[in-house]
Amino acid sequence: MSLDMPKFSDLDALYDEAEAKVATSMYEDPALFDAEMEKIFHKTWVWVAHESEFPDKGSFKLSHVGKEPVILVRDRKGAIHCMVNRCRHRAATVCEVKKGKTSSFQCPYHGWGYGLDGSLRALPYPEQYGDDFDKAQHGLLKLRTDSYAGMVFATFNDELEPLSDFLGPVKKWIDLFMKQGGGFPVKVLGEHQFKVPMNWKVQLENTTDAYHFPIVHKSFLQSLDGETEQVFSFLEHGRGFVEDLGNGHSVMVMMPELVDLDENLDAPIPERFSELAEELRGEGYPEDQVKKIVRAVGGAGFNLNLFPNVSFSLSFFRVLRPVTVEETEIRHIALGMEGGPAAANRMRLRLHEHFQGPMGFGSPDDAEVWERVQRGTKGGETLPILVNRGMVDEAEGADGPRGHISAETGMRAAYAMWKRMMSA
Amino acid sequence: MTEMTKIETGATLMEVTAFLWAEADLLDRKDYDPWLALWDGQGTYVMPITEPGEALKSASGYAEALNLCYDGAKMRKDRVARFQAGFSISSAPPAQTVRTVSRIVIEAVEGELIHVRAAETVVEDKFGRQRLFAADMGYVLVSTADGLKIRDKVVRLLNSDGMLTSISYLF
Repeated sequence: MSLDMPKFSDLDALYDEAEAKVATSMYEDPALFDAEMEKIFHKTWVWVAHESEFPDKGSFKLSHVGKEPVILVRDRKGAIHCMVNRCRHRAATVCEVKKGKTSSFQCPYHGWGYGLDGSLRALPYPEQYGDDFDKAQHGLLKLRTDSYAGMVFATFNDELEPLSDFLGPVKKWIDLFMKQGGGFPVKVLGEHQFKVPMNWKVQLENTTDAYHFPIVHKSFLQSLDGETEQVFSFLEHGRGFVEDLGNGHSVMVMMPELVDLDENLDAPIPERFSELAEELRGEGYPEDQVKKIVRAVGGAGFNLNLFPNVSFSLSFFRVLRPVTVEETEIRHIALGMEGGPAAANRMRLRLHEHFQGPMGFGSPDDAEVWERVQRGTKGGETLPILVNRGMVDEAEGADGPRGHISAETGMRAAYAMWKRMMSA
Repeated sequence: MTEMTKIETGATLMEVTAFLWAEADLLDRKDYDPWLALWDGQGTYVMPITEPGEALKSASGYAEALNLCYDGAKMRKDRVARFQAGFSISSAPPAQTVRTVSRIVIEAVEGELIHVRAAETVVEDKFGRQRLFAADMGYVLVSTADGLKIRDKVVRLLNSDGMLTSISYLF
């Protein structure tokens, strides 16, 4: 970090924790954004990939940690490495293929060659560097990596707590989320990508925001059959909750009956899945497996938001990447059942397309209101952004404060962590 | 193509071009009810996600993949209803568009089916900013007593596998 970087000593003015008020400049100050990249995205565990995206020895995918381009790769023993996509000689990227398989990475500029573990293997005409040139000191810049339930995280911070401690109570929710494999491993089937002219925290706030759903997603709700519309009218039912899980993470339970997909297996199969159930029976799947798969197809009944960049939303992963203070890239990663029935995976794809991505019945409306937030902050600079909803009856939950399903408890969790990291 | 004389091809190309231009005009004017009526009801409207330059498949070839949309007749109708109902903030109002369809190639004629490739460029305008899209299109058109109908339509954006922006209209 450069010495002249502002210290933002008045963090209380940026996020007033007692009143749950966020300063407008939080969304639009470029210097603050730079500080966030350093103090948050360089210092904590950042989600970079799901293991199914690069499953084999030698397979790789490109990703980002904050603004920095990285490569995820499995070496010949299957171990995962994450390294900055930048040649140690004159900085050219060593890979511009989004995903694939390779035995090495070679810089296109002067031909420096790197192994799958990032080590510098060879360079043309090395003698001009003298006898004391140490290849071991010129490998690709490596990041620390760790995984939980197939989710791969990386960090530049060697002092950081282990991933398992960072996740804490989040782990049991991840375990529940992964049950939507329906007895098969969860696998990435594809992704939707779109950018929105907004600050990254506008998206961070959204995944555990039930309050917006019936308004912004009315046109999605109108496209559902009556039974499914009831399932998604979770704000009206008010049976769910939002809970702060610590370290900026939060969970929003929308459909309590779908939290544990291994339970209630004898519940009647919803109308929208009856055709799929029939198809699976026709393929010879026993009735108990049909029920398990069909129940899993619709996804879990909750959204889990991890600070700072990934969430598990009903049936997909949402990943955010800050690009500039007023631009954020979003990925909606579709999930399916590895080795599961094609009909079930096809249905999951169609459900994903229905809501998510640039042409979905949901995401474009989210993107529109997020852009409207960014546009709105150009006025009334001194007015606060309110994230105090639901403080009135917030109580202690299993792992932290728990509020009404429409409470802004998750946002308060995220901003509290933001403040903790920014003040370090 | 191989089974057609030049004269036949020329006549078909004129007819197909007129049809695609009329469709483009409906889409720019967001006149979606007559657009829905252009379909013969059997096929699929797909916006796939592929690497740039990959040869287009038939519409059903994308059933097992994640697409931007994969709409049968019901989803097309639902999508149009969503645009028209006025409750979708991104499409009420939608971005304004001006599009051009060109580089039309008739790939094959099999009985009543005409396989067509074409290029489309769309400029959208909203909030005082403009965005540009380019796409390869593949059609299966059906020659009927009531004129041409759309059986299948595949629209592959040039950067379909890249970072897009939300879209509030049809291609």
